[in-house]
Amino acid sequence: MRSKKPLALFAAAALALAGCGGGGDASTEGPVTLTWWHNRTTEPMKSKWQQIADDFHKTHPNTSFTVEPLQNEQFQTKVPLALQGNTPPDLFQQWGGGALADQMKSGKIADITQASSGWIGPLGKYADGWKVGGKQFGVPYQMHAVGFWYRKDLFATAGITSPPTTLDELNAAVAKLKTAGIVPIALGGKDRWPDAFYFGYFAVRQCSVDALKKAVEKTELTDPCFTKAGENLKAFLDTKPFQDGFVGTPAQQGAGSSAGLLANAKAAMELQGDWEPDVMRALTEDKDLDSKLGWFPFPSVPGGQGDPTVLLGGGDGFSCTTRAAKACGEFLEHLVGDEVQKILAETGSGLPVRESAVASLKTETHKQISEAMNKASHLQFYFDTAFPTNVGQALNDAIANFFAGQGGPDTIVQSVSKAAAGNK
Amino acid sequence: MMSAAITTRPPTAPVPHAPAAGGTRRRSRLRTRLELALLLTPALVLFTGFVLVPIGVAVVYSLYSWNGFGPLTDFVGLQNYVDAFSGDVFQGAIGHNLLIATLSIIVQLPLSIGLALLLNRKLRGRTFLRMVVFAPYVLSEAVTAVIWLLMLQPGGFVDEILRGVGLGGFVRLWLADPSIVLYTLFVVITWKYIGFGVILLLAGLQGVPPELREAAALDGASAWQTTRHVVIPLLGPTIRIWIFLSVIGSLQLFDLVWIMTLGGPANASTTMATYLVDHGFKRYEFGFGSAVAVILFIICFVFALLYQRFALRRDTQGALTGVR
Repeated sequence: MRSKKPLALFAAAALALAGCGGGGDASTEGPVTLTWWHNRTTEPMKSKWQQIADDFHKTHPNTSFTVEPLQNEQFQTKVPLALQGNTPPDLFQQWGGGALADQMKSGKIADITQASSGWIGPLGKYADGWKVGGKQFGVPYQMHAVGFWYRKDLFATAGITSPPTTLDELNAAVAKLKTAGIVPIALGGKDRWPDAFYFGYFAVRQCSVDALKKAVEKTELTDPCFTKAGENLKAFLDTKPFQDGFVGTPAQQGAGSSAGLLANAKAAMELQGDWEPDVMRALTEDKDLDSKLGWFPFPSVPGGQGDPTVLLGGGDGFSCTTRAAKACGEFLEHLVGDEVQKILAETGSGLPVRESAVASLKTETHKQISEAMNKASHLQFYFDTAFPTNVGQALNDAIANFFAGQGGPDTIVQSVSKAAAGNK
Repeated sequence: MMSAAITTRPPTAPVPHAPAAGGTRRRSRLRTRLELALLLTPALVLFTGFVLVPIGVAVVYSLYSWNGFGPLTDFVGLQNYVDAFSGDVFQGAIGHNLLIATLSIIVQLPLSIGLALLLNRKLRGRTFLRMVVFAPYVLSEAVTAVIWLLMLQPGGFVDEILRGVGLGGFVRLWLADPSIVLYTLFVVITWKYIGFGVILLLAGLQGVPPELREAAALDGASAWQTTRHVVIPLLGPTIRIWIFLSVIGSLQLFDLVWIMTLGGPANASTTMATYLVDHGFKRYEFGFGSAVAVILFIICFVFALLYQRFALRRDTQGALTGVR
């Protein structure tokens, strides 16, 4: 049902349009005001972005900004509407992957392949998620990666000396923690997306990088390694590593959430993104939280063909629309430059896209994740983001249902082909 | 619509013997029209622009497979409706809405009447008690949902209270057990909305003339008989309007469920509205989402019409049905 033809057509139209812009279109020469929708509605990032916009205006007097911070949820509804209308924002939050490919159908997203060719090199693999059909339609300014956050104090109590590196070691750690009367792993199952991290990582560890890339390209999980990943996940769930009633637990709200459980020493581990310490700090009185937290990547799985350095993650980026693509492109270059990258790294709100800025990260764990990310042979986008939006959400739902005891590895795998075929 | 109705009114019969009066009448008719136009136009424009047109547009969207970007090109006819009705998640959602509506009537209604009768009596601290009952209604639904979400976590406030009073055996995974979650939500809904029913019924009770109770008492009716045969029948109009509001509210249930469970676990608490947002917005399936929205609208609309026609007819005569 999902026809690829219109997409190609619109992509071609967008290319043609952007091609004009790249050639020094007169309309982008004069003073422009860029409308900028970003998702940092809280401090410190909210004022950092404003500051960065103001500074850019000082050095580029022709470019001014109307900055509009919006909640993440608002982007889901506002971006499609804006891209349908005649006055979309010139610059807006872009998570890349399948959603970006969806948005391409509007024909209003600017192709910055040429404009960025001079400066996108150092971003390396990080820029890949913002490509559609080999062309660059946005850039990340911060990356994110998922891994296990753990409490060193609880690991010590349970007699675990070093963080697990293999699945067997993880299972052993879970058993030790249970014996010590500690909830091994907290999981915010109510929100569904934390469940998807588990399936994502079992797939990343089971499947070769080629199989992962092919799956995303073809929007299908038909390679047997994905079914095997589901079976491994099932075996892992059968060890009952999570807190009671985890399918009803929110991920980030209140002390009873999965982040709250970890922050208040009610659980020893959580598989979460690099943003986790920020979330946890708001949920506990413990001022010394950072020193108690450690991080380790998802362990390798016996018999898996996956490269154990591969990380599951994503990133925050921006896309430009076609109206003021030239000025917007220049601003993007500024955002991924050393200077801004260092400012962003200091806030600890994500991982820098430039290696030079890693040293500016405040915590050791963030440096550790950043280094792991630089070393990774491949960065696997969260599957719900990598796939077209409807497919990604269908996959998340199938995974969440599986965690709640409904369906099996095959239903997870089939949910992708079904949704891709247009079935509801 | 109103101006059309006025112009199609039969022309006033000529009044040959009073030409002056005819002039006055013509002038007053003009005035009436002007007044109607002046008073109705803003409301009509708003109603048309923000209610009727969007409904029409949603109907059009619902006939396409459309993800919100680009033009409407993939016409699929009624396929979206077929997909919705044949999906077991949506069927489940309709069932959940109906269950909540039914439970509202058989649980909340008697509870509201009982509380209203109690709070209508002269008792110490009545104002305070009325306030306590009404307070949850004033809270926003989002705040209510977050508070209860936190209180209902395993080992949370609710569990501790139950254990504290020796009812630890009743502790369940309130939001995590698919067979319980809908009833948990219903309890929260009841907690939130009982105050509204009580206030409505208290207002209704003020309309019960004390003479009738006295007369019943003089005739030897017991308190129960007075309540059953005098007070409750006189509360009829209030009860009927409460049922109407309650059923419509149950069919459109969204905020509370979305915040507390997102329709989970495993779709055990999905409602039509959460399904709509999940599939329309979260999956960028605006065509399909529109179809679900149209279905929800039709269900509410048909219920409203039937209820008005058969249950509310006497209560609203003259106000909604027009003078015959």
